[in-house]
Amino acid sequence: MSSQALSQNQEVFELNLGPQHPATHGVLRVKLVMDGEYVVDAEPVLGYIHRMHELMGENRTWAQYLPNMGRLDYLSALSYNLGYVELVEKMMGIEVPERAEYIRVLTTELNRISSHLLWFGAFVLDLGGFTPLLYAFDDREQILDLLESVTGSRLTYCYYRFGGLYNDVDDDFLTGCTQFLKRLRSRMPMYHDLVTGNVILRQRLVDVGPISAEMCRRYGATGPVLRGSGVNYDVRKNEPYSIYPELDFDVPVYNECDSMARYMVRMDEIEQSMRIIEQCIAQMPQGDIMAPKVPKMIKPEVGDYYHAVEAARGTFGIRTVSDGKNQAYRMKLRAPTFCNLSLFQEASKGMLLADALAFMGSLDLVIPEIDR
Amino acid sequence: MAGYFKSILTGTKSLVTGLKITQAEFFRKPITLQYPHEVLVMTPRYRGHIQLVKNPETGTHQCISCGLCQKGCPSGCITVRGEKREGVKGKVLVQYDLDFTTCSLCGQCIENCKPGAIEFSLEYNLASTRKEDFHYDLLARLEEQK
Ligand code: SF4
Ligand code: SF4
Repeated sequence: MSSQALSQNQEVFELNLGPQHPATHGVLRVKLVMDGEYVVDAEPVLGYIHRMHELMGENRTWAQYLPNMGRLDYLSALSYNLGYVELVEKMMGIEVPERAEYIRVLTTELNRISSHLLWFGAFVLDLGGFTPLLYAFDDREQILDLLESVTGSRLTYCYYRFGGLYNDVDDDFLTGCTQFLKRLRSRMPMYHDLVTGNVILRQRLVDVGPISAEMCRRYGATGPVLRGSGVNYDVRKNEPYSIYPELDFDVPVYNECDSMARYMVRMDEIEQSMRIIEQCIAQMPQGDIMAPKVPKMIKPEVGDYYHAVEAARGTFGIRTVSDGKNQAYRMKLRAPTFCNLSLFQEASKGMLLADALAFMGSLDLVIPEIDR
Repeated sequence: MAGYFKSILTGTKSLVTGLKITQAEFFRKPITLQYPHEVLVMTPRYRGHIQLVKNPETGTHQCISCGLCQKGCPSGCITVRGEKREGVKGKVLVQYDLDFTTCSLCGQCIENCKPGAIEFSLEYNLASTRKEDFHYDLLARLEEQK
């Protein structure tokens, strides 16, 4: 810690937050310059969990890169699986059977709920409330059990394949989903009573950490952060993929721009995801789960390709350049939380440290995804 | 002054709501599994480390040592070696090593294997401080199972 005299009785000091601080959820380091309790400057320092995922994409075959997608944002891994397989399908012109599309959307949305539940618990934990975390984990556990029964893994899924799925879901899984939705529906009012309406939480979140739509645009923030700033942008609606156009759901948007707005967006998204899952279960057709003709060797034509999906934290995009070989020439992963974090430095200026941490929690950061 | 009393009132209300929920939860059965006194049975699709499938008819594995699993593995954790033996058609598997420390449990090896000679095990009670403990000789493991 170094200190530097500004004037006679004014001093700022540097404070290291992280890389192993419970509030930074992983290995994020923030170099804070503090004036007493107030943040003068907050510079995020990245790279503590950099694993060269982009480079890995360039030195292994397209199929071999699949498991990497479960290890970027390990809390909503299926969205990343989806983004990648859809990109390859786009490049190769593979048509996916309808049943597989429904199962993909169903499982992705389940994963989104589990991710939001974990964020909910951890966020309230950041603010000093321990109990909601345990309730949220109880519900999240049900989702993990369901997903484990079809995918075989609990967190780092590798379930989708080019042209379809690894394996089909059975009726037990679908009944399990219906039961879970019923359970979660009955629990949501409890969450809102216990947390959303809580006076302490409201005082910590309302009007804290304002992010304007203009700032979101400058930094490329997406997902609930953008939608909490009053911008109605959701890749599922704006650049629809898979079977989302056939499903009826709303995109929650709040205009308040504060941490509470981002909180509300995510809570409402849980409800919307539940609606999507219900429709998927109701409309799921019978049939194959794998496209009939998937080439054994994936060799996309020379070109520059991009595909984006709406992950739990925002727009996940993959841009890849193929030179016609069985490996990518360039693989660029656009991680939503990287952009969402980058506005932290500007937006946290002048905040109280405790508010800055609440604000950071409302951004829902996943560090392995930021570092990649 | 009115604001002061109002905030006391809303604060108390919020507190009572929270306590009510806690009280209801207080009488619920615990949901935590008392591991290791209780253990879970894994679902059939659970992905543990891979193992050689035992063919009940022949009592041994069905690997033809084609090496496709090794070639397809993104992490290079499989070593397969087959030998030509006199009087035997094809190759005979003499070594099947798995370095579980780098395995990502992706299933590429299993999907690449035409004869269906490998599968995921349901093993999850794995912990050790030495990485050598995760270098499995799958052939020897299959023998042990007999
Ligand atoms: S599961 Fe994947 S990483 Fe593990 S041995 Fe098989 S191919 Fe290799
Ligand atoms: S792919 Fe199957 S048959 Fe071929 S070496 Fe591997 S385990 Fe044996």
